[in-house]
Amino acid sequence: MSQATLEIRAVSGRAGSVPGAGVRREFEVCKLIDTTTCIGCKACEVACLEWNGLSFSQTAFNNSYQTMPETQWNYWNLIKFNEHEREDGTLQLLMRKDQCMHCEEPGCLIACPADGAIVQYVNGIVDFQQEHCIGCGYCVTGCPFNIPKFSPTARKVFKCTLCVDRVTQGLEPACIKSCPTGCLHFGTKSEMKALAETRARQLRENSGFESAGVYDPPGVNGTHVIYVLHDAGNPELYGGLPKDPHVSWAVSFWKKPLKWIGNIAMIGGLLGVCAHYLRFGPKTPPEEQMPAGGASHPSAGEPGSKP
Amino acid sequence: MSSTAILANGRVLRYSFHERLVHWLAGLSYLYLLLTGLAFWSPWLFWLAVILGGGTASRELHPWTGLLFFIAVLLMYRIWAAQMRETAADRAFWRALPHYVRNEDELVPPAERFNAGQKWLFWGFFWCAIFLLLSGLLLWYPQWIPGNLRVLRYTAVLLHSVAALFTIGLFILHVYMGTAMERGSFHAMVRGDVSAAWARSYHRLWYEELARDAAARK
Repeated sequence: MSQATLEIRAVSGRAGSVPGAGVRREFEVCKLIDTTTCIGCKACEVACLEWNGLSFSQTAFNNSYQTMPETQWNYWNLIKFNEHEREDGTLQLLMRKDQCMHCEEPGCLIACPADGAIVQYVNGIVDFQQEHCIGCGYCVTGCPFNIPKFSPTARKVFKCTLCVDRVTQGLEPACIKSCPTGCLHFGTKSEMKALAETRARQLRENSGFESAGVYDPPGVNGTHVIYVLHDAGNPELYGGLPKDPHVSWAVSFWKKPLKWIGNIAMIGGLLGVCAHYLRFGPKTPPEEQMPAGGASHPSAGEPGSKP
Repeated sequence: MSSTAILANGRVLRYSFHERLVHWLAGLSYLYLLLTGLAFWSPWLFWLAVILGGGTASRELHPWTGLLFFIAVLLMYRIWAAQMRETAADRAFWRALPHYVRNEDELVPPAERFNAGQKWLFWGFFWCAIFLLLSGLLLWYPQWIPGNLRVLRYTAVLLHSVAALFTIGLFILHVYMGTAMERGSFHAMVRGDVSAAWARSYHRLWYEELARDAAARK
């Protein structure tokens, strides 16, 4: 799972089987966030800053426990708080750890024009390579979760890496490590999906949350960060988690059909003017055919005169 | 049209120094915008950004150059807008367009200082420049647009691409016609003057007006 790139798939000149082939269960990693057991302690926020060496940011108080309105270029992990009044009048304090969702179909990567600035590993992690980033911000437009943030000082875009440096060494992400309630889990995608479904069923059958469910949005072919929600039908309640996130048709259209239409039009235009020149040639000013003295009306037959 | 006149040597001043300066300010800034823009447009053309100082530098300078280009377009508007209004001569020109394309210039009705195609090019660049500026300002700092107004981000990328493609079409035609197709035009935009025959052949109404002015002054 963690050293997926070093897994040997084929060996030359080898009699018999490839060593290690088919031994590993699964390559794809996944973070599971159980919002029903989160207590909003923000240990994950601190652990994220600590591990990634990010400086502490100014907090912005807005009548809630939330640290700031949204994630920042140097604040990748933010618990979103929402005091939700239910239909029976009771209050529910919803808390959701917000960060990059590591989409299977990443809008940021689709939109990015810079060679090698965003990579998606086989294990599902979508990672920004700041040394190749040109700071254009197309990823900001491409992301359906509003996650990539531009740093005015570095002139580059940053976001959660799913602690790729820890994961490749067989460790769980820093946020998982710090969680005191165990609401954060880390493992393979299928394990986490099964655990999430079990928890959701428990919530439905034993805890009275009839619409509890798992958030693994199919619009982006699933994510490598999934949630258990008490009310899976209304993800917007959890700090604006989109109900049906997908890469915008505008971004898809811009990056695929429009690109082809544009390329064909540009090449066609160049070929068109070349063909025109081959067929009709230049318009030459009829200088040499001017009668001496510069008569105000050119003689018949001269180019430029009317028949 | 006080900027143009028949010169003492019989040639005709078509573009004043000021007009040429503004034109080349627009031309050179557009060229940089085109090359860096194409680098962001397609991974196959990203090498353009590399030879122009790298992707980061191209991203930094593209919007500033865009402002410069827009200023040049505004200056061109100030100089030329009054002469770019459509007239009866233009409508006659469009009807004779196939003759113009086939270089059957004797069948093309006489044109003013700017013919219908040049006017079309001018307004095309003018409106595209406005759309490029508006969408470009949004693209400059997309993170300043709040997430719930992200439809503006989507509009900006589409509008910027489509408007840029329109200008590329105009640019291809403009460069081809100004250099290869209509001989004498490039010299006119560099040094300012054209031959009397050139002026009479391609912009007869303008030339005749200049000739009347010259006669009146005598």
